[in-house]
Amino acid sequence: MPTVDLASSPLRELNGALHRLTPSTNETHWTVTNPRGQHNIAVGLDFPVEIEIDGHVGYYCAGMNKQARVTVCGNAGQGVAENMMSGRVHVTGDASQAAGASGNGGLLVIDGNASARCGISMKGIDIVVKGSVGHLSAFMAQAGKLVVLGDAGEALGDSIYEAQLFVRGSVASLGADCIEKPLKDEHKTELKRLLDEAGVEGVSPDEFKRYGSARKLYHFHIDNVGSY
Amino acid sequence: MCGIAGLFLKDQKLAPELGGLLSGMLEALSDRGPDSAGFAVYGDGDAGQIKLTLRAAPSFDFAALVASLGKVAGAPIAYQVHDTHAVISIPTDREAAVASALLGMKDVDMVARGRRMAVFKEVGLPADVAKRFGLNAMTGTHAVGHTRMATESAVTTNGAHPFTTGTDQCLVHNGSLSNHNDVRRELIRQGMTFRTENDSEVAAGYISSQMAAGASLQDAMTSSLSALDGFYTFVIGTETGFGVLRDPIACKPAVMAETDRWVAFGTEYRALVDLPGIDTAKVWEPEPAKVYLWERC
Repeated sequence: MPTVDLASSPLRELNGALHRLTPSTNETHWTVTNPRGQHNIAVGLDFPVEIEIDGHVGYYCAGMNKQARVTVCGNAGQGVAENMMSGRVHVTGDASQAAGASGNGGLLVIDGNASARCGISMKGIDIVVKGSVGHLSAFMAQAGKLVVLGDAGEALGDSIYEAQLFVRGSVASLGADCIEKPLKDEHKTELKRLLDEAGVEGVSPDEFKRYGSARKLYHFHIDNVGSY
Repeated sequence: MCGIAGLFLKDQKLAPELGGLLSGMLEALSDRGPDSAGFAVYGDGDAGQIKLTLRAAPSFDFAALVASLGKVAGAPIAYQVHDTHAVISIPTDREAAVASALLGMKDVDMVARGRRMAVFKEVGLPADVAKRFGLNAMTGTHAVGHTRMATESAVTTNGAHPFTTGTDQCLVHNGSLSNHNDVRRELIRQGMTFRTENDSEVAAGYISSQMAAGASLQDAMTSSLSALDGFYTFVIGTETGFGVLRDPIACKPAVMAETDRWVAFGTEYRALVDLPGIDTAKVWEPEPAKVYLWERC
């Protein structure tokens, strides 16, 4: 159970130690104190270890994560869990812009709000935001699911591909080629699974609306030129 | 890139620490702006007095200058030298004579005017600039600072922030404006003068022109949302006010924190970590296109 105090220990040493772990390691639970908004904490992990960070982090925390479970006890700066492949990242406070950007897999849970461009270009990651998301969230989102318990800002799902968006509150506006779609039983089942995994209680999948692609912008068509 | 640090005190017991706190904030933002740095500090103001910030070459003889200005004013002038800058305090009714004498001098520039505001900026690393000016020892009610990574105009002292275009008014900017030439032409047509080709100076000038026409800071910031095009996070200081505004797509990062003792702005959270009580402060990201404003009564 190593504890690393970033007030006295360089960040490169922490990340280096985490990268040098082996599959048989017994050091499976790490605590990081005094992050003080530093960037790139716990990036590029590739082992099923638990990392708990006590405090607010800067940019790209837990970026490129594979397998690891990273908890930020505080707020996260831009690009938390960007390009995550698998594992789980949990932010107990708010997240700044581009949370979960380009993520391929795994689960990102944000207990507070996420600001603009949450899930931009997501490629398979699942994101559960218990608060609200800012404008242009799920921009060009290709695969995966974005679940928002609060409201969504302007241009939700602009130029979206096949990601699925679930919003419980209001949507300020939908982006180009993003439309509301029926919430079928199969979606409710999947939504229930994600809510359970994110530790959300007392919220029914029936309270959400589903949004996705109208599939009219995949290929250029002269009739749609005004939408590009 | 660029970094912005701003601090507005609610608890005046912190006034002696204002400069030291801002200094730490600016140093934390060195990575974002190693070209140059600057800050505006709102300190004490005396009724019937006006503060002028003067700038000259290194080792300029400010004492001799002030002695000669004293003759123009017909009274001794209080002054403080901070490296290449000096702040002189003169009776308001003698200002016209002193300003006109200063205009005739080629080797000294009058760079800011305020009842309470003084502005300092230079080329160099933020920590070095803060040290040269003695920021640590400065006191006051609020302060706005900037670390610059130049993108739109040259690395010069005049190109550093804050920009001041009105009495006790200053603005710092992270971003780049796309219609600044247009807006500058219009403001020049209205009689405003500019020192630089810098886009941020135009934003400062726009706010000043709106306020000169009677707008409140709140209204001036709101109208800049439609008048100014481009990327921006602005932090704006007036004699009693402290404003924050981000462009509608929130291109540039911003973090704010607030306790019952202070309100702070940082381009990154790293700038805020040494503020007293930060661990229990409310920390949030200001929303795009929303005017945030704190005013002292």
